[in-house]
Amino acid sequence: MHEPLPRRHKRLLRLQVNGRWREDAVADGLLLVDYLRDVVGLTGVKSGCDGGECGACTVLIDGDPVPSCITLAVRCEDRHVETIEGLAGNGRLNRLQQAFHERLGTQCGFCTPGMIMAAEGLLRRNPSPTEAEIRTALSGNLCRCTGYAKILESVQAAADVAP
Amino acid sequence: MTAAAQPQGGLDRAGVPLIDGIDKVTGRARYTADLDHAGALVGRILRSPVSHGDIVVLDISKALALDGVVAVVTGEDCASTYGVLPIAMNEYPMARGRVRYRGEPVAAVAAIDAATAQRALDLIELKLRPLPAYYDSNSARAADALLLHDNKPGNIEREVHNEFGDLRAGFEAADLVREHVFDCAEVNHAQIEPHACLMEYDPVSGRLTAQSVSQVGYYLHLMLARCLEIDQSRIRVIKPFVGGGFGARVEVLNFEIIAALLARKVGGKVSMQLTREETFITHRARPQTDIKLKIGMTREGRFTACACEVVQRGGAYAGYGIVTILYAGALLQGLYDIPAIKYDGYRVYANLPPCGAMRGHGSVNVRHAFETLVDRMARELGLDPFAVRRANLLTAPTRTLNDLMVNSYGLGDCLDKVERASGWRERIGRLPRGKGLGMACSHYVSGSAKPIHFTGEPHAVVALRLDFDGGVTALTGAADIGQGSSTVVAITVAETLGIALNRVRVISGDSAITPKDNGAYSSRITFMVGNAAIDAARQLKEILVAAAARKLEAGPDQVECAGETFYVGSGAQAALSFAEVVKAALVAEGAITVKGTFTCPPESQGGKHRGGAVGSTMGFSYAAQVVEVSVDDATGLITIDKVWAALDCGRAINPLAVVGQVQGAVWMGMGQAMCEETRYLDGLPAHASFLEYRMPTMAESPPIEVQIVESHDPFGPFGAKEASEGALAGFPPAMVNAVANAIGVDLDALPVTPDRVVEALIRRRREARRGKPARAAS
Repeated sequence: MHEPLPRRHKRLLRLQVNGRWREDAVADGLLLVDYLRDVVGLTGVKSGCDGGECGACTVLIDGDPVPSCITLAVRCEDRHVETIEGLAGNGRLNRLQQAFHERLGTQCGFCTPGMIMAAEGLLRRNPSPTEAEIRTALSGNLCRCTGYAKILESVQAAADVAP
Repeated sequence: MTAAAQPQGGLDRAGVPLIDGIDKVTGRARYTADLDHAGALVGRILRSPVSHGDIVVLDISKALALDGVVAVVTGEDCASTYGVLPIAMNEYPMARGRVRYRGEPVAAVAAIDAATAQRALDLIELKLRPLPAYYDSNSARAADALLLHDNKPGNIEREVHNEFGDLRAGFEAADLVREHVFDCAEVNHAQIEPHACLMEYDPVSGRLTAQSVSQVGYYLHLMLARCLEIDQSRIRVIKPFVGGGFGARVEVLNFEIIAALLARKVGGKVSMQLTREETFITHRARPQTDIKLKIGMTREGRFTACACEVVQRGGAYAGYGIVTILYAGALLQGLYDIPAIKYDGYRVYANLPPCGAMRGHGSVNVRHAFETLVDRMARELGLDPFAVRRANLLTAPTRTLNDLMVNSYGLGDCLDKVERASGWRERIGRLPRGKGLGMACSHYVSGSAKPIHFTGEPHAVVALRLDFDGGVTALTGAADIGQGSSTVVAITVAETLGIALNRVRVISGDSAITPKDNGAYSSRITFMVGNAAIDAARQLKEILVAAAARKLEAGPDQVECAGETFYVGSGAQAALSFAEVVKAALVAEGAITVKGTFTCPPESQGGKHRGGAVGSTMGFSYAAQVVEVSVDDATGLITIDKVWAALDCGRAINPLAVVGQVQGAVWMGMGQAMCEETRYLDGLPAHASFLEYRMPTMAESPPIEVQIVESHDPFGPFGAKEASEGALAGFPPAMVNAVANAIGVDLDALPVTPDRVVEALIRRRREARRGKPARAAS
């Protein structure tokens, strides 16, 4: 390690993460998942596959669920990125978190942050989804433990609670 | 053997959420990849590009010279084999001399970042002399096939032959004998968390700290000591949160040892995070299996005999293979009363990633064949499939022909429950075209009664600590991998002590703190660790009662407990709070630690025949399920409309978790039945992503209605048995039987993909044109 590393082109990214504005110098090729995990330290965002297959990295960008592992960080300029860490507030779990906990919508927990964020996105745009709408909205999020039965129950229970 | 403990308080019949559930839903739970990686180098593995070959050149000099590369290791760095079975360790962490499957580790680098590590791999010069490679059991077993391992003639890792009862008499007594061949594809655990580990070596103290995704930290501890030649006392193995296992992480995996070798070489911290593709290649899952099954049955549906030949394509190394091929035969028994059983098993080497243990280890494919063939024979005899099962029930307590204990048996109740819930009697044969019902049964062990590493130690040890704060801390080596085992430990301790659940804290899976445990495999934790936890809690209770007696100036037998209150008489004058009792107990003693143990007695450890310990357990779980399908006979698409499953788990310590486990098991069986398959093109994995390895999404997953049957096992903790594996094996046959019921075709291969359904329909049409009778009556 005699030579310094070559300088990589970076740009200043300004965005909101879980309600707080911040600025970071990021490389053009940096993926949002790596930015959130490695730069911001939000390790609740999980990486379960080699790109866009499992949904574990799902975050909300301006309220829409997006797989952060196939999204460039620089695309989030001036936008609001929300992760699982931003959901609980004032010492209270969000209604989905509460329901997933109480109804065992989580077992190993690895898909859970992405699953909850995808469900959060759904409930914000459709507060009373049908079973079919829930199944469709979460079909991009894989879970290997639950068979989805209790995930469905959890989302239904959360939908019954006013936000 | 002592009788099972009874709960003091009365278990919460609704069940309780996981004690670590809040961490999971808030994103606070730290999995291996989430640990503090400050200062860690990035480890990457160079893998063999060929399926079978001799290493001619392996030159790492250019990689080592690259800026940012700190260390490179190859097979030269570790001359020790590793593996889980002491008698079958034939694998090196990195190939030495020869590679035996595409993707086998050959070398590894530690570099300052992932990009540098990747560049370094590209600079390693690897030349191989290709050898003939075998991708199926038949070609590997051919007379002229090159041996993968010189000491294994015919490329057979293990042959098993045994016969119990009078087979000839059995088949002669049958009114109907049928023999059929089944083919089950290889599948993978596909837990959502990719493999990862973080290894830290301190060159000054010579200590290694290993954090990994392991289901059995103890095995990892042993293998790190063996491969790195470090004294066990200088290794610490820690299990962070683990994102699923299903058997993938029971064995020690090559990347764990490789990362440790790198960490020692750099004298620091190395992080190894495998890609999803590499996680698939690491494999160790359920092997492709060919089954030839012959069953004899009387006109009344009574089994008279069963002969089964199983060939498992085990991959390139031994792994768990011997256990898997033994399980496949042993677990033909224990579910029904069958008077004679012959088993011939062959575990075959092939140039593919090694197979291993996967949920329902060894039992799933054989159970599929059995339950499917029984269904066809029942149809031929005009018998109801439920009636056939009921004609062959066991009566507990009993011992099977191969000397396995059956101490509790709730299969009859399981049958009743799913028959009623599914409306079987009213609906079977009356469903509209394209809709069908099918059923099947299954079972599984509650922990292997004989551990693989037999040391003479108890099967499980749990320590409880009580200190000034009045908190009870349970220390257990048992690995919670999402199945909720730490919650079971907390409940059993709280119930036995009669204290609030949130007074108990569970610390698990840290070799520096927690007692050794054989880990999360064969569904052993609830039964064994639960029993050890109860034993520890009883001892602690005695100490507390004695302290309360001293304080209340009464005899210990006069002290009564109501939850956390200790009192004498009516309690009006003399009652102590838990805090007061703890304070009294600590006088002149200080912090209290007690240790509880559990041991499976020798009579539970199986027969004396070779391999007879495999399948032995103190408690089998039992399951029955009904599957309702709709089949589109134009596209061959199967839709699972609903599943009704019942599981005899002895006693549900946490009913909420039992239901969740059964749903997960049924659903995993569904994946194997409908769509999951690992495919290789000349040894190249063609399935190694979640897009290619298709498991059911939420949109395709049915409602799974679960009913719990409680047979109150005499030896289980509070009467409990396992709940996580038993229901899996019933799904594939129940579905295949339902498809036969819906469209009148019998399917012999898993997974039942739409093209296979269409093929079968075309074949039936052709046969009908030629005037042949259809193979199955609709």
